[in-house]
Amino acid sequence: MTEHPDAQTERQASGGGAMLLTRGEVLGHKKYGEHYHSLTIVAPEIGERVQPGQFVNIRCGEGSAHILRRPFSVYRVHKRGGWASTIEIVFDIRGAGTQYLSQLRAHKMVDLVGPLGRGFALPKGRAHCLLVGGGIGAAPLFFLADDLRNEGHRVDVILGARSNRMLLNPIEVRRLASIARVVTDDGSTGEQGLVTDVLEETIERSETDIIYSCGPHAMLEAVSAIGAEHKLPVQVAVEELMACGFGVCMTCVVPLKTKRKASRDKDKEPEEEITYARSCTEGPVFNGASVVWNGAARPVAEDQAELSTAGLAVAQGSFEDSAGEHPPPGN
Amino acid sequence: MADLSIKLAGVELSSPVLVASGTFGSGREGSFFVDLKELGGIIVKSTTLAPWKGKPTPRMCETPSGMLNAIGIQNKGIDHFIAHDLPWLLKKKASVIASIAGNTVEEYVKVADKLRSGGRGVAAVEVNISCPNLEDSSNMFSHSPEATAAVVAGVKKALPKMAVFPKLSPNVTSLPEIAGAALEAGADGLSLINTLFGMAIDVEHRRPKLAGVTGGLSGPALRPVAVRAVWEVHRAFPHVPIIGQGGIISANDALELILAGASAVAVGTANFVNARASIEVTTGICEYMDRHGIASVSELVGAVKTEG
Repeated sequence: MTEHPDAQTERQASGGGAMLLTRGEVLGHKKYGEHYHSLTIVAPEIGERVQPGQFVNIRCGEGSAHILRRPFSVYRVHKRGGWASTIEIVFDIRGAGTQYLSQLRAHKMVDLVGPLGRGFALPKGRAHCLLVGGGIGAAPLFFLADDLRNEGHRVDVILGARSNRMLLNPIEVRRLASIARVVTDDGSTGEQGLVTDVLEETIERSETDIIYSCGPHAMLEAVSAIGAEHKLPVQVAVEELMACGFGVCMTCVVPLKTKRKASRDKDKEPEEEITYARSCTEGPVFNGASVVWNGAARPVAEDQAELSTAGLAVAQGSFEDSAGEHPPPGN
Repeated sequence: MADLSIKLAGVELSSPVLVASGTFGSGREGSFFVDLKELGGIIVKSTTLAPWKGKPTPRMCETPSGMLNAIGIQNKGIDHFIAHDLPWLLKKKASVIASIAGNTVEEYVKVADKLRSGGRGVAAVEVNISCPNLEDSSNMFSHSPEATAAVVAGVKKALPKMAVFPKLSPNVTSLPEIAGAALEAGADGLSLINTLFGMAIDVEHRRPKLAGVTGGLSGPALRPVAVRAVWEVHRAFPHVPIIGQGGIISANDALELILAGASAVAVGTANFVNARASIEVTTGICEYMDRHGIASVSELVGAVKTEG
């Protein structure tokens, strides 16, 4: 949950989790289906310390026309092979930055900052983990699934997208999950519907202990609500437009419910207040029950989507209609 | 070896290259990439009397060669700054330029009072007057000579021994007029410029791209405006120290502002893209000085040749 950001940065500084500004060589480009691009980058210092749910912020091109870096959650880390650790990112083309990255091939250098943010917390005892991903938002869940399986946890996955082509690597999901549910809005692959249509049934069937989710905010809101009904912890990785990625610009904030003890009066209920937490340093992983979902403004302009981790799965993913129903908060 | 040290309104700094308010946090985040001692100074995120929550999201959008932001000065308040951030910065041997903001003249003065009693070690204070003036809701302080003067006079009275740099907005008809009002009210120098007002619209949804509707334009797109503003004000007040800022990415950008009349410069939005930009700018200025046989950076201040 929320923590004093100073404590967070101090811990990063002392705990060897410091972020780095570095350059990495592209090892290869490939595609997952017709829609998603993958870049594998040789970045040993990042690869060795990155945790699932953390992200990297990548410079996409020379010059200053598009000045900001684009954030990408790490899809996978490869520690074997002739190369020192590599990290893999996946993305679809949403603007000039991702267009540029999609054209990079082996031996090109990329300028990246990472690992950034706080990743998913892994369960302490053996647990049944249900991973729920929507569209490109599913990206960090593959890395998470690898780590969970390595630690002996059971992994079940619900993978959803608007249509067949927007599903991220469903074959791999079927390989690594004990129960794999694939859903599309239009029924072009798997079952027709939304991830939440099959969520309760999957929770019961797989005796879920904890839910991890990443995708459009409306989906995360719905998953968090169902998780709460089943008294399950839900860790969500949010997507917000960000400029710096390391905690200084204050643009990528998410409204959180925080409890503040009423001053001196011990009998009084703690007051609930809303504070804005930076998704780049205090997140992107939050307790789904703490996020004020309807306070997170939607919709986001499509030409800005690539300024969020995983590209705001978002503008185009499942739940598009329900996402539009939330009015932005008043001033 | 080029001498980068400067004296800015009596304040000795090791280099003219600072980092701009709101682009390096409280210093902790930036310290992952930069040894704060290597900076001429850090202008910290603006701080207010009570914590400010900030505006809803989206708070920013990218624009051609720049970005718009509407953050709403989210900060934890002056007490937090004095108790937590300042001691840490001083321990790291950073030169600290505080930045203060408020919604009324009284709020500015109260923050300044707190700095006087608890701000030992602060080298100078930048006064962010690009805040909505609650006593004159049609305006920001920085848009009116009277409101600018009122804030500066109040802050200066509370901090008579501190170098006070109001940060002026370019969104005015006559910058020299506002600058004159600030100087007459006791400003020791000027910070030029804050962001330009802008707005961007998502045509598909027919909504502003920022939740705050309008926002501040920063980044390289702003740079020519900053160079002009510094030049104009330096020409009107040649002996007043100016901290030039607005769209600096490279050493050449910083040199433009120095040649226009800035005694020091602050790197802002570039920090978001390259957290080491300020250090690269510093190195580049040294190289330029060596190449041109310049012994002290002060020789370059206002040295642009506009005649002949």
